[in-house]
Amino acid sequence: MFIRQKTLVQGAVAGLLLLGATALAARAEETVKIGLIVPMTGGQASTGKQLENAVKLYMKEHGDTVAGKKIEVILKDDAAVPDNTKRLAQELIVNDKVNIIAGFGVTPAALAAAPLATQAKIPEVVMVAGTSIITERSPYIVRVSFTLPQSAAIMGDWAAKNGIKRVATLTSDYAPGHDALKFFKEHFTAGGGQIVEEVKTPLANPDFAPFLQRMKDAKPDAIFIFVPAGQGGNLMKQYAERGLDKTGIKVIGTGDVMDDDLMNGMGDAILGAVTAHNYSAAHPSEKNKAFVAAYEKAYNQRPGYVAVFGYDGMHLIYEALKKTGGKADGDSLIAAMKGMAWESPRGPISIDPETRDIVQNIYMRKVEKKDGQLWNIEFETFKDVKDPGKTKK
Amino acid sequence: MRADHGVGEAVLRRARWGHGETAFWLIAVAAIFVFPDRYLILTEMAWLGLFALSLDLILGYAGIVSLGHAAFFGVGAYAAGLLAVHGIVKEPVLALVVAGLAAMVLGFATSFLVIRGSELSQLMVTLGIALLLRELANKFSDITGGFDGLQGIVIDPVLGLFAFDLFGKVGFIYCLAVLAVLFLLARLIVYSPFGLSLRAIRNNPLRAAAIGIPVNRRLIAIYTLSAFYAGIAGALFTQTTALASLDVFSFERSADLLLVLVIGGAGYLYGGLIGAVVFRVLQDMFSSWTPQFWQFWIGLVLVLIVLIGRERMYRGVQWLPRLVLRRIAAARGHAAAPDRSAS
Repeated sequence: MFIRQKTLVQGAVAGLLLLGATALAARAEETVKIGLIVPMTGGQASTGKQLENAVKLYMKEHGDTVAGKKIEVILKDDAAVPDNTKRLAQELIVNDKVNIIAGFGVTPAALAAAPLATQAKIPEVVMVAGTSIITERSPYIVRVSFTLPQSAAIMGDWAAKNGIKRVATLTSDYAPGHDALKFFKEHFTAGGGQIVEEVKTPLANPDFAPFLQRMKDAKPDAIFIFVPAGQGGNLMKQYAERGLDKTGIKVIGTGDVMDDDLMNGMGDAILGAVTAHNYSAAHPSEKNKAFVAAYEKAYNQRPGYVAVFGYDGMHLIYEALKKTGGKADGDSLIAAMKGMAWESPRGPISIDPETRDIVQNIYMRKVEKKDGQLWNIEFETFKDVKDPGKTKK
Repeated sequence: MRADHGVGEAVLRRARWGHGETAFWLIAVAAIFVFPDRYLILTEMAWLGLFALSLDLILGYAGIVSLGHAAFFGVGAYAAGLLAVHGIVKEPVLALVVAGLAAMVLGFATSFLVIRGSELSQLMVTLGIALLLRELANKFSDITGGFDGLQGIVIDPVLGLFAFDLFGKVGFIYCLAVLAVLFLLARLIVYSPFGLSLRAIRNNPLRAAAIGIPVNRRLIAIYTLSAFYAGIAGALFTQTTALASLDVFSFERSADLLLVLVIGGAGYLYGGLIGAVVFRVLQDMFSSWTPQFWQFWIGLVLVLIVLIGRERMYRGVQWLPRLVLRRIAAARGHAAAPDRSAS
């Protein structure tokens, strides 16, 4: 026992010393600090990586000084676990004295940080999480990403109008998936369509084979798919293996499944898939071409929509600081962000001054092959779409 | 244990409160004043320590292995969250006890499945129970909030006096106090005849049964108690973070817990607490140093710990203080060689 008791003291002393060493945090007057909380490990790691890349790219292109203030980004990994997010956000606010928190790969993470943003009165810039309710949880939340109802509702309308009568749905079993299903179903059935089969796949490491078989057996005109970024590749591979691409069943969905950074790995089975989304790397604007070229040059891969969200998030922060003349308190920044509009690589976007949520074009796209690569080619545009999850109320 | 001591004497000596222990708790209390800007991570250490303590009770003392201890943690967390959301039990300390009891009921019910069978089947059963509960929490999303977690948790002031603040000071002191009380209770239990009979069961269940120890009943009792502790840890987690989401049931949480206990060492109660401190410090250090690859470094440290062996590492750390102690003892003029018999 003696040995162990001594160990206790030494262990505790050593531990606390280490803790003290990591607690060093200096604060300079002329710096604006951004706490970037993203998942860098775990199942959502690709989201975090893209965000980090895009933020770095934006700062490389636009410099790290705005309105006389130096911008400092502090990157933290929350592995998409909300209690980590909350602790990291709290530490960033209390110890590092950040002016803005940003990032948030999944909805629970964004929700976990919401009370802190309210309490500390600092802006929370949501760069990914897409459940409708998020912006209602704090007056300091601004979202630059998307909401699922935006694209799912439009997809529902479009499908009903374009000769699709019977649809089977395959959606991930969590809040964004439920949002996508609900709004697609509402709009599709209102347009006279019929849902013949409805399956929900587990969020963690799903095996899609049995679900796809059920899709096939239901003999629909089309299957509507929502799975989170990153799962699309696996899903479409199994789709081809089961021979669904030969049955004439169309693939429709929100754009998450046809993520630009993964779609070349999915193979020709996805040719002709129609999705509704806010960004395609093939978007034909000068701004986007420059963005894609710069991103590919820097990281040697095609940017997906998450990268654009990170890029736009930084843009929003930079422009808000310009507008306030460098004043970095939460209320000034939020006031500056409300109603801000700019040209993003995805097209013209703005922040709704009432809901602080994103307003953007939703594009209907079809997968086509160009120069030996697969692209989402846009063929129809729905302008300035607000979040239907809120406009309905 | 040397044979020339009476067993009772040896037990008494072990159970005596040592200077090391006093120092440990003094340091823990001192942390309140020394690290005013690190309360959050200290709070995590406190509830993680308690959680690890609960695993230590079954693993270190009764030899029951578990890969699903997060089941009880999660039940405690959701119970505390639901009690707060629906305003059933407003006062945190009372809610804590209720949440602990909820986990305890589950512990008792599942103990019958767990204690039969070998270590391997224990791993599988415990893992399965945790996965089941996670899926149930996901399915009944109108109660639990599903993947988004329980929303709108507001925790009342502790005892109606101390409100939880943004800096986490109240949260930390609260967790530390609960940890201390439950630790003392655990200490009493493991050095009681009941605790000793558990050790006998761990060492040789057949022999223990042969000398008249009701093996199954004892195992059920300690497993239920351990579930109570884990439930309290989960409730502390929810009360200090105002969060309860599906992650509380996650496999990672159970697996991390085993790591904590591996780092600290099982079977002497402090292992979980030390492990929790070291694990969190390492995690914090590595992840602010390299947010992308911190898991690699944690893994490396774990491999090193296992390869070098904890005992040998401790001996290295102890070299200087022991030298000092020996000098003091020599100066006092009587032999005070450290007692190695219990190591």
